[in-house]
Amino acid sequence: MTEVTIIGAGVAGLCVARALLDRGADVVLVDRHADAGPHACSWWAGGMLAPFCEGESAEEPVVRLGCEAADWWNAKTNAVYRCGSLVVSPARDKSDLVRFARRTTGYREVTGAEIANLEPDLGDRFAKGLFFETECHLTPRLALARLRASILVDGAQFVQDDADPDEYAQRGLTIDCRGFQARANLPDLRGVKGEMLVLSCPDVTLSRPIRMLHPRVPIYLVPRGDGIFMLGATMIEGHAGKHVTARALLELLSAAYALNPAFGEAEVLEIGVDSRPAFPDNLPRIRRVGNLIRANGLFRHGFLLAPAMARMVTELIFDNKTPEVMDETAA
Amino acid sequence: MREFYGKSLPNGFMLGTAQYPSPAILADAFKRSGASVATVSLRRESGRDRAGQDFWQLIRNLGVHILPNTAGCHSVKEAVTTAHMAREVFDTKWIKLEVIGEEDTLHPDVFGLVEAARILSEDGFQVFPYTTEDLVVADKLRHAGCEVLMPWGAPIGSGLGLNNIFGLRALRAHFPDVPLVIDAGLGLPSHAAAAMEMGFDAVLLNTAVAKAGDPAAMAEAFAAAIKAGKLAKAADPMEPRDMAAPSTPVIGKAFLE
Repeated sequence: MTEVTIIGAGVAGLCVARALLDRGADVVLVDRHADAGPHACSWWAGGMLAPFCEGESAEEPVVRLGCEAADWWNAKTNAVYRCGSLVVSPARDKSDLVRFARRTTGYREVTGAEIANLEPDLGDRFAKGLFFETECHLTPRLALARLRASILVDGAQFVQDDADPDEYAQRGLTIDCRGFQARANLPDLRGVKGEMLVLSCPDVTLSRPIRMLHPRVPIYLVPRGDGIFMLGATMIEGHAGKHVTARALLELLSAAYALNPAFGEAEVLEIGVDSRPAFPDNLPRIRRVGNLIRANGLFRHGFLLAPAMARMVTELIFDNKTPEVMDETAA
Repeated sequence: MREFYGKSLPNGFMLGTAQYPSPAILADAFKRSGASVATVSLRRESGRDRAGQDFWQLIRNLGVHILPNTAGCHSVKEAVTTAHMAREVFDTKWIKLEVIGEEDTLHPDVFGLVEAARILSEDGFQVFPYTTEDLVVADKLRHAGCEVLMPWGAPIGSGLGLNNIFGLRALRAHFPDVPLVIDAGLGLPSHAAAAMEMGFDAVLLNTAVAKAGDPAAMAEAFAAAIKAGKLAKAADPMEPRDMAAPSTPVIGKAFLE
């Protein structure tokens, strides 16, 4: 039986573990923390499975590989909402909506009345929008918890250790899924700071993620149910410190307020900040040196691309198939 | 060729480094643009603990002159602090000075701009002030120590092109020896060509390239337009006139009865 050690129990590590178990591997999952928590980038994720929207700024592989995500997550966690996603812009920024439409596929244009029909709480605030009907979302912490539970039930062993992947690799096949923590071993990996909030606003009901375009401060709101929303997210070149800036809070909250003034009454439950691990083209990479495979660079697409990444790592190990995101030059 | 604080630039293309889909595309756009200056904005927060150094290294690796800017600063104090941080990070005296006065149009606060320009010039900075086409403000910036002026074409990120041709022409005529850079508001290569044809020394743009569907191709298009405009200006264009002027003399022309 193939024995594999996976370092890092964030979204990448858990997906790789799940995929390897499904192929019959013997999996040991190692993380420096006993449980999932705010130390992991995926803890703060939006959980949008929105490959077509991401196509606005991401390159083609993100859209194509991202299309694998919703079915995968639904099969493994049964935590996927298939409600589409809605993109709107304030009237003064309507040229951003035109551009977004030109840069993406998989949507239909909707009128103000249709928007009000889809999301009554947006009312007549927006005259036009884009509805990406096939897109999905999930609740990241629930999905991660279910995935982790299923992995342990299926026999994966968990070890709490601040592991050095190179040491583990001397003993056997090891996959480094540590995200930004692997930076010391991946000199071209950089951090892109993201800041987000969790709000409680029972006055507003939304059924699907809403993206509001803005030339400087585009935001998204993802409903978590029970009046809870995730509001994100800044994108700043530079790894994150410990704290969120006042500017980020002001900008995010005022954008949410513009979406619906009822958010002025929202309670702020959590404020999060972390570094998205990214390579220069913002695309993921798989690198192999001997017994060590490094899978990293999911950028802002953790939940969207981790299933495809896990599939590719599994195919590399079991079928000797070179992944399309294999980075041979760096080996 | 007018010099920018003693440096002559091989072309009149200054390109911003914000808003690209990825650093790889940013690098590609620079390669195809041949731009001689890269502007980079410094967030106070990433300057403080040097969190932005990966990105800054990438900018340094472009191998062009770096013009740090004080984008997003709304007060003299903020702009001066950011300029000091930029000097430390990029080891350059150059600073593109932005003091924003109004949130919707990002209109320069010209009063704060003049004051910050004076403070920074006295402190040894070589200031590139982002200003309007206002002649009086331009004159005060000159007296504050600025040897380069950067009037806007249109509001930042608007892509509207050259909004006030008369004002810009007057500015060019008024300061024949001062390097003038059209900064902000350009959307299309034809806007850049027009600016160069009017005798401006350079154009500075960011959004028009970064937000194009294919930023690298758009960068190349702008480079070609800037080159064309500059060449046309040097070639001494004809004067427009109201009446037709036949390009072939009528006398001696064969005619049929």
